[in-house]
Amino acid sequence: MPEGLRVGYFPGCTLKTDARDFESSALAVAGALGIEVAELSRWNCCGTVYSLDAVNLMPRLASVHNLIRAEEEGFSEIMTLCSMCYNTLKRTNNLFTSINSAVVADAPWRTAINDFLCLDPGYSGRVKIYHFLEFLREKIKPEQVKDLVVRPLDGLAVAPYYGCLLLRPKEIAIDDPEKPEILTPFLSALGAKVIDFPLNNECCGAYQTAMHPEAVARRACRIISSAQSEGADMIAVSCPLCHYNLSALQNATNSRQSGPKAMPIIYFTEIMARAMGLNYQTDAANMTPTSVPPGRCRASAWEAAK
Amino acid sequence: MTRLGVFICHCGKNISRTVNIEALRKKVSTLTDVVLAKDYLYMCSKPGQTMIADDIREHRLDGALVAACSPRLHGKTFAQTAQRAGLNPYLLDMANIREHCSWVHIDGAEGTEKAFSIIKGSLGRLHYAEPLEPFQSPVTKRVLVIGGGVAGIQAALDIANSGHEVYLVEKSPSLGGHMAQLGETFPTLDCSSCILTPRMVEVSQNEYVHLFSYAEATRVEGNIGQFQVTVRFKPRYIDETLCTGCGDCVPTCPVVVPNEFDQGLGARKAVYLPFPQAVPAVYTIDWDACLNTDKLIICENCYKSCEARAINFLMEPREITFEVGAIILSTGYELMPVAHIGEYGGDGYEDVIDGLQFERMLSASGPTGGVVRRPSDGRIPQNVVFVQCAGSRDPEHGVPYCSKVCCMYTAKQALLYKHAVPDGQAYVFYIDIRAAGKGHEEFVQKVMSEERILYLRGKVSKIFKSGDKLVVWGADTLSGRQVEIEADLVVLAMAVIPSSGSQKLARTLHIASDLGGFFSEAHPKLGPLESNTDGIFLAGAAQFAKDITDTVSQATGAAGKALSLLANDFIKLEPTVSKVEEGLCRGCGLCASICPFGAVTMSPSEKTGAMVAGINPVLCKGCGLCAAGCLSGAINLRGSSFKQIFAQLEEMV
Repeated sequence: MPEGLRVGYFPGCTLKTDARDFESSALAVAGALGIEVAELSRWNCCGTVYSLDAVNLMPRLASVHNLIRAEEEGFSEIMTLCSMCYNTLKRTNNLFTSINSAVVADAPWRTAINDFLCLDPGYSGRVKIYHFLEFLREKIKPEQVKDLVVRPLDGLAVAPYYGCLLLRPKEIAIDDPEKPEILTPFLSALGAKVIDFPLNNECCGAYQTAMHPEAVARRACRIISSAQSEGADMIAVSCPLCHYNLSALQNATNSRQSGPKAMPIIYFTEIMARAMGLNYQTDAANMTPTSVPPGRCRASAWEAAK
Repeated sequence: MTRLGVFICHCGKNISRTVNIEALRKKVSTLTDVVLAKDYLYMCSKPGQTMIADDIREHRLDGALVAACSPRLHGKTFAQTAQRAGLNPYLLDMANIREHCSWVHIDGAEGTEKAFSIIKGSLGRLHYAEPLEPFQSPVTKRVLVIGGGVAGIQAALDIANSGHEVYLVEKSPSLGGHMAQLGETFPTLDCSSCILTPRMVEVSQNEYVHLFSYAEATRVEGNIGQFQVTVRFKPRYIDETLCTGCGDCVPTCPVVVPNEFDQGLGARKAVYLPFPQAVPAVYTIDWDACLNTDKLIICENCYKSCEARAINFLMEPREITFEVGAIILSTGYELMPVAHIGEYGGDGYEDVIDGLQFERMLSASGPTGGVVRRPSDGRIPQNVVFVQCAGSRDPEHGVPYCSKVCCMYTAKQALLYKHAVPDGQAYVFYIDIRAAGKGHEEFVQKVMSEERILYLRGKVSKIFKSGDKLVVWGADTLSGRQVEIEADLVVLAMAVIPSSGSQKLARTLHIASDLGGFFSEAHPKLGPLESNTDGIFLAGAAQFAKDITDTVSQATGAAGKALSLLANDFIKLEPTVSKVEEGLCRGCGLCASICPFGAVTMSPSEKTGAMVAGINPVLCKGCGLCAAGCLSGAINLRGSSFKQIFAQLEEMV
């Protein structure tokens, strides 16, 4: 077990509400791997939706506040679980650094933001932002995971789904945006059969879920069908919003259709925690992956769910 | 110099709008040794030049200064004027009072003052000018052509037909290049190999052509007029002089590998002829594929079957060296690998192929005998999607430039597909159609209207496999809709990129290449056939993506350039080169390490035996870096000596 792996943790709103099982499973996995996860003593919203807007000052301020706190608390590295938080914080952080991650003293953004916040000395840009997946890849070997497996997945067909926020824009991508495979070695280490499906980097529909749930349902259906036709038993996700869009709408549809459950959507950390035999708090009662039969998902069913 | 004349140009209003010419002229005429100061509306015009020439003669001027535009523009014009009047052209200098003065000043008084300062400085510089004579270098009347595609063949034939020797070096076992792979050519649909193979035979039989196939130019030294070239022959393991081309060796060879001529769609043996019409028609053993190693002969099936006893497993690479006066580069292009575009499946889908693979499929001599078949299962595809600009015009995923030939060859391929599979459906995704050649637009219009091929304006975002079909996601930006097509076959018109060895060759030849890796031309408008090294010319896609017509035109142009060089016994070279004062040189060698053109060499002095710098005036470009770098002031640039530069500065400040 590696010694002294300590990282700051920025949870974000969803991890404390809808995605509690993501957080608890991730913390359990991190603990088992010897990673000390230290939650920031105070944090606020990452800035979320607005980060997708055209670049302007306001949407960055929430992120900067968090980054300043991370710096004040002495963290040179912080980790997120939510892909959106990762995306927002990392893109803000990039405004303070060059492409090579060197802090640019006279970066115009640094000056503008620090001046606006009337902060002295302001944010320096020296905190490194990781998504948990990226942190695992950089600091943990898949063999270390393998050593901790007590309930191997025995060839369970798991399709990693990456969505968009970890892969785009290119500057903050944690993996090849067109051919992501960062999860593969870890899932393989658990004994899973990793299913590569072509729509694993397609958008889940994101916030359209609020305004146009039918559009999201159509997208979710395609993504699930694609994974299913490649033989997946379940889909592993790393983003609470993807999780919501792929599963919650699925549940709604199924309750109306009373059909078979189409496809379990599970955080990758949950899969890891289960294979490692770790206890973690979960809100979802029906998350036992192997007990769910792979069902069928038809576009018509989704259309009916509008 | 005691009799200097100054000629001030108005350049229409370009100079006179800002500079008070009359005041300037009066002021200049009072300067020491200035016997004459005149102004004229257009000094470069014939009357202007005549005035200068007349004044040089009449006033017996021993130096003349034209205050006008940049010497880059008219330096030569006025130097010739001086020469006509009997004045050494290097005793005429120019003061730039246009780009350096009137164009960058608004205030008239300030501009006039600066013009005076510039002229005063130039006169100071002119005062120490020396008469110089151009020197000569002999011309070897032979040409090297590197690359044996249609460009190289055309250039070699043009040179050979003028009665000059030409060395044609091709790295693969046969001439022909990519043109030999094509099925039919746009816009006339004539058979590519039918027009090319006679040329290949012609060039191989021409008595003035030395054809070196399976060979590479590994070293090039020297300069315009006299390049020393080393060519390395890769061993064919088959004696070219003995091989009869019978092909008896092929059936006995146990090794099967993908055939590069068929773009990997077909197979060949380790002993092979690239294609039936190959020139030279001799077989080659692909040593990387052959079971034999350098130390161990495991299989000798081909050796046993060869009645001519042409096979020699012990063949070694060999080198020859020869001298040429000019070099033509016609190294051609490659297509960007499909693997570069992850969203189109990378290299993962058998039924996603590139344009050249589809050409092989359409070719009567191709791996499918001209029948369009899916590589995966051999079925005849009913839905074919063609994707233009795959990697082109896409700085994010490929190259920023337009590959120029794809619009036309895609239209042709879609048409040929429809002729081969009349009930099939062809879709073409395009950004816009660039059909700017003779008969090109008409060809595309015919394909669109008469062949019922669906053109969709938009990019393809993703291609993925679903069952045994390929799903193509794209946008139709004319109707504003997303499009999803289930295709049997996808043909990507991949970006045209320089051929793989070209960067190495650029280093061998000390020539520049552009951001895309193509060889840089000397000037985009006025020097498209020349490289930036004198005596090295460019032809075909080695310079940039081109179709056959443009390639042949440029090849003939490059041959013409080379021939006009060969027409002289000597070439005249500018005397404005660096010169070493041996007595001052301390032999440190700094200049030699600074010179980007390899023109400075260190060698023992004939007088003292100590190491001193020497300048090869043929290689020297007159940039002055060595002179600026020399710590002991032993090097002077003729025409811009330290004396001249210091005098100029002194007069100006």
